[in-house]
Amino acid sequence: MIEVQGLTKRYGRTVAVEGLNFSVQKGEILGFLGPNGAGKTTTMRVITGYLPPTEGKVTVAGYDVTEHPLEVKKRVGYLPETPPLYTDMRVDEMLAFAGRIKGLANRDIKPRMELVAEKTAITDVLKKIVGHLSKGYRQRVGLAAALIHDPEVLILDEPTAGLDPRQIIEVRRLIQNLAGAHTIILSTHILPEAANTCHRVMIINQGKLVAEDTPENLTARLQGTETMKMLIEGPEAQVRETLERVDGVSRVSSLPVTAGRLEVSVEMHPGRDTRRELAHAVVSSGWGLLQLSPAGMSLEEVFLKLTTRDTANEGGDGHSEAGDESSGNDGAALAEQGSEESQS
Amino acid sequence: MRHMLTIMRKEINSYFRSPVAYFLLFVFTLIFGYFFYTVVSMFLLQSLTQAQYAQMYEQSMPPMNINEMVIRPLLLNTSVISLFLAPMITMRLFAEEKKTGTIELLMTSPVTDLQLVLGKFFAALFLYAVMLGLTMVYLSVLFRYGNPDFRPLIAGYLGQLLLGACFVSIGLMFSTFTRNQLIAGSMTFFVLLLLWIIEWSGQNSGGAWAQIASYLSLTSHIENFSKGVIDLKDTVYYLSVVVLGLFFSVRSVESVRWRA
Repeated sequence: MIEVQGLTKRYGRTVAVEGLNFSVQKGEILGFLGPNGAGKTTTMRVITGYLPPTEGKVTVAGYDVTEHPLEVKKRVGYLPETPPLYTDMRVDEMLAFAGRIKGLANRDIKPRMELVAEKTAITDVLKKIVGHLSKGYRQRVGLAAALIHDPEVLILDEPTAGLDPRQIIEVRRLIQNLAGAHTIILSTHILPEAANTCHRVMIINQGKLVAEDTPENLTARLQGTETMKMLIEGPEAQVRETLERVDGVSRVSSLPVTAGRLEVSVEMHPGRDTRRELAHAVVSSGWGLLQLSPAGMSLEEVFLKLTTRDTANEGGDGHSEAGDESSGNDGAALAEQGSEESQS
Repeated sequence: MRHMLTIMRKEINSYFRSPVAYFLLFVFTLIFGYFFYTVVSMFLLQSLTQAQYAQMYEQSMPPMNINEMVIRPLLLNTSVISLFLAPMITMRLFAEEKKTGTIELLMTSPVTDLQLVLGKFFAALFLYAVMLGLTMVYLSVLFRYGNPDFRPLIAGYLGQLLLGACFVSIGLMFSTFTRNQLIAGSMTFFVLLLLWIIEWSGQNSGGAWAQIASYLSLTSHIENFSKGVIDLKDTVYYLSVVVLGLFFSVRSVESVRWRA
């Protein structure tokens, strides 16, 4: 349904996407996973015909995006990160306009509108002004607008961003129900989301494809290790040395927070709970153990893990870009989001 | 064609959904009403004095021409008012869509850039025509109490419409350049003002520059129309400005794709 060959997109000198190859089968849900600025949105914009590719070839339903943009646009429904809605219109006016501009015949607009409104659960707000709606409703109106012309291909840029947990579940269920009849590409920076909704996941970082697999396989590849976050009062070198000696620990990295305080992350071999031993090691050395908690694996860590393994196994190109310097705060934030996700 | 009409309808609705259209129409009729009042009362005063003279010297004076003395200056004034108001009509057309991101919906829909530009152009021209149409209410008073010739009026309104099309076309172009409505509006105003006053620069210098300046000036071409003369030269001038503005608008919308 969608074929992308050697897609490269540059903005001036910055490279947003480089040499991307992939294809999506009819009825499949493909997830783009990557941190902000990885090139997900750019790739999607090229597929929708909003941006031309610098190099490479993109075909949707057999039509080349650069040669037959109108044919492609007729077949694609696109929901950008911020839903493109006219805030002064009523919801039904907005959907009618979206339908008309997508080339829907006048007599089809009303039945289609009722259908998509029901699918996206916005029937009760059809007469309201878009600008007065909450973020969750706007997102769903945007989705309804993208669906109105019954497109073969649906492209959703972070469809669950800014929604509350209940709405996230609803939107995910909706997307899953749409698969089959529609071919879907969705992007997210939340790992569990991709794992829950997609048939296949592509991890993109710095404009390049890092890994591509089914969510099951990806999760399996990630289950190699578990990580603990600790906050310790003590001398850095000795703390590291002591912790590395604890049975079951594979790697220790530390980061001084304030004078005398360290943030230490300890990677352990799978299937072993060494929390007791870790605590004991710290306390018996006379240092202060301020915090000990299991850390969810952040996306940055996922990248690191995947890419290092790929390099080892397949001799592929290394991706040291997802290095340690960025995995501090960002990684923690992402991990937090990730764990919130899984709780909901 | 259908897509263009869809865009045009959406834009017109959006003018009248927000206070923009009502505000512009209100301001326009208010200012025009003031001009109408002053011009007409001046005319009455003059005709009164003329009648007195005629009585005093017991000879008939030539009758005063209402077309020349009322309608013509009124139409010339109209072009000045619309010069101020046109930027307010056009500034939001593209700038707002760029700012709110709704341009993404339009550009990922099966619509060509030309359809998009034309749809917005005709919507703005429609609002301008409504504005112009309101002046007819005032002028109908003249027909009720006087007997002006309506034929020069047709030419006058045609000229105003063409002038308005130029204003809108230039304003539309500046709206495609930026996502900031204020910049789009003030750039439009600045350029329109320049094209108006450029005529004055020629009046003092004379010679070739005077001719060029007078030809370039948007307002110098309205004079013939206001007299009731439809000159091919003026019509061609206005139409070329419109086409040029639309051409650059389409190019600029296209460039959004490759500049990104």
